[in-house]
Amino acid sequence: MEHLWEFLSLSDPNIRYVVLGSVLLAASSAIVGTFTLLKKKALVGDAVAHSVLPGVCLAFILSGVKNPIYLVIGAFVTGWISLVLIDFITKRSKIKEDTAIGLILSVFFGIGILMLTVIQKSGNAAQSGLDHFLFGQAASLVGQDLVVFSGIALILMVAVMIFFKEFALIAFDTNFAQTIGFPVRALELVLTTLTVLAVVTGIQAIGVVLMAAMLITPAAAARFWTDKLKVMIVLAAGLGAFSGLVGAYISYVAPSMPTGPWIVMVISIIALLSFFLAPQKGILFRMFTQRKFQTQMLEENILKLFYHLGEQSDHQYYQARNIEDITKKRPFNLAKLRKGLKNLNQQGFLDYSEYGWTFTNAGKNKGQRITKLHRLWELYLTEYLRIAPDHVHEDAETIEHIITPELEQRLEEQLQYPRLDPHQSKIPYQD
Amino acid sequence: MIQHVDNPVVEIHDLTVTYNKKPVLWDIDLTLPAGSIIGVIGPNGAGKSTMIKSIMGLVPLNSGYVKVFDQDLQDVRSRVSYVPQKESVDWDFPASVMDVVLMGRYGKLGLFTRPRKADKEVALDCLRRVDMEAYAGRQISQLSGGQQQRVFLARALAQEADLYFMDEPFAGVDAATEKAIINLMKTMSEQGKTVVVVHHDLQSAVEYFDWVVLLNLRLIANGPVPEVMTGQLLQETYGGKLTLLAEVGELLTKKEFPSREKE
Repeated sequence: MEHLWEFLSLSDPNIRYVVLGSVLLAASSAIVGTFTLLKKKALVGDAVAHSVLPGVCLAFILSGVKNPIYLVIGAFVTGWISLVLIDFITKRSKIKEDTAIGLILSVFFGIGILMLTVIQKSGNAAQSGLDHFLFGQAASLVGQDLVVFSGIALILMVAVMIFFKEFALIAFDTNFAQTIGFPVRALELVLTTLTVLAVVTGIQAIGVVLMAAMLITPAAAARFWTDKLKVMIVLAAGLGAFSGLVGAYISYVAPSMPTGPWIVMVISIIALLSFFLAPQKGILFRMFTQRKFQTQMLEENILKLFYHLGEQSDHQYYQARNIEDITKKRPFNLAKLRKGLKNLNQQGFLDYSEYGWTFTNAGKNKGQRITKLHRLWELYLTEYLRIAPDHVHEDAETIEHIITPELEQRLEEQLQYPRLDPHQSKIPYQD
Repeated sequence: MIQHVDNPVVEIHDLTVTYNKKPVLWDIDLTLPAGSIIGVIGPNGAGKSTMIKSIMGLVPLNSGYVKVFDQDLQDVRSRVSYVPQKESVDWDFPASVMDVVLMGRYGKLGLFTRPRKADKEVALDCLRRVDMEAYAGRQISQLSGGQQQRVFLARALAQEADLYFMDEPFAGVDAATEKAIINLMKTMSEQGKTVVVVHHDLQSAVEYFDWVVLLNLRLIANGPVPEVMTGQLLQETYGGKLTLLAEVGELLTKKEFPSREKE
């Protein structure tokens, strides 16, 4: 707790820098990643992330120092080469894009690991900390490193702001962009360059292995909460920044722990929560809506059944019915039936007395309407779709619950207020 | 029946296009008259969409050239509008109806300029013309097929062009939308604009278009509806394949043979 307070107060300038750096680069990669996601290039992002490792190592071998500028240049170059190769293989051979991505990713990463091992065995004192590029170490984001990586992060944010309209257009409809004379190839080149740079910003704090997650996951999580591109970008940046902050904190309290996995853990949990909890698109929301429909169908079925019972007992609609009367007519699940009856009683569609359950006026009207819709739909199916009368019942069982009053009216008009359904049952109209 | 016109809006000269070395259009040579509603008709895989795409510079040409308003497309882009098949984009994209229609203004705005208030008003007006004004703020993933098509049309209208290419605008739309589209085309043609439509329903073609291009890998006919929509020409378009043509195409693919000699 003391750690947390000390961390959040940002009183230690070192902490301040680390926090600033982590937040900036996590947010900027999330912003660029939004377009990577929308262009359906998530896997390409992963390939680039792995392919920057040999560049980092090569830059170190050639320069002999751990200067972030050299490392960034090296990472940028091999990241770009990997993209060009993927493109080349896909266009010039029978190999499909997913295979090409898999090939390039593993070959480049393999070479990178090989070089890293060679460097570590070389005994060069300056190499300590180079292995952080695998899984990230946010706490090492100080001094010149901080300036370089945060600088790139800022450039990314500004670039996306400038190119916002153009990027959105080529992500949505490339062909159209081309027909109005936009330089699509150049714009894609810029977007790709930004993607590579976004990966490069994260190599120190998050590491190459998991950097793709920082590109894609914030945007994927944000997509659950909004349908507006601008909101999605801001939200992705916010979620990314938050996970970056957590990563910095972990790095502060447990310096021996790699930061990348922690940051990715946090953003993944956010994505998972979005997947379950988001309104409209979330799983829970959809389950809840389905439950609601189930309840509605059950209740309407009970009312319909009461109406049928009334029809059978010589139109004595307001007689009391007990559970046995109901289940004899239709075998409901007892627990559900009881719950449905109770709900209908509370809603004022049924009255309850010692003799059983009785229609209220509103209840009878509703039961009658469902019965009417069922029979109208059966008639519609037999007359307009030429379906045999013994095949229409099941269909009408569902449709009766979703027909809106407008559709109801059109159905009645189109069928010209028929008197009987295909099974010669009377279609009950409201007087 | 291949009729050439004077002062054409579109002139295609000796056009050949291949996909993966396989020719999908052979030596197309045609001219299209201004101010008409033109149907491009042929069976599946006849190269109808490809022809439009090659006019719009979306596919590389193996030979030949295309002139629009007697100039290179590059110089007259602002006068030409292209409506792709609505399946060509992901309608789950986070954008509103208004966002998509505003894209129609981008050509005039150029790079790095944000849409201004005037552009929004034009966009809204175009939405009105396709009866979609009430949907301006709607998320595009919530639209029906017919509504998606109307949004694409509104975007095209926002371009304020003189020549419109529409790829299968009637595919997968409801009857009301079909009627709305055809009325819109008639209005546009009355204003002197030219509309070129890829279409594959023969019955409605006679009714909708006043000029028809019959296509099946090669040009079969190009002329006014009454002269082109005849039994014999349609038979030639839809009936027996030219097996020899198809086999030579296969051969080019298999042997990775260039479709044109290069000096």
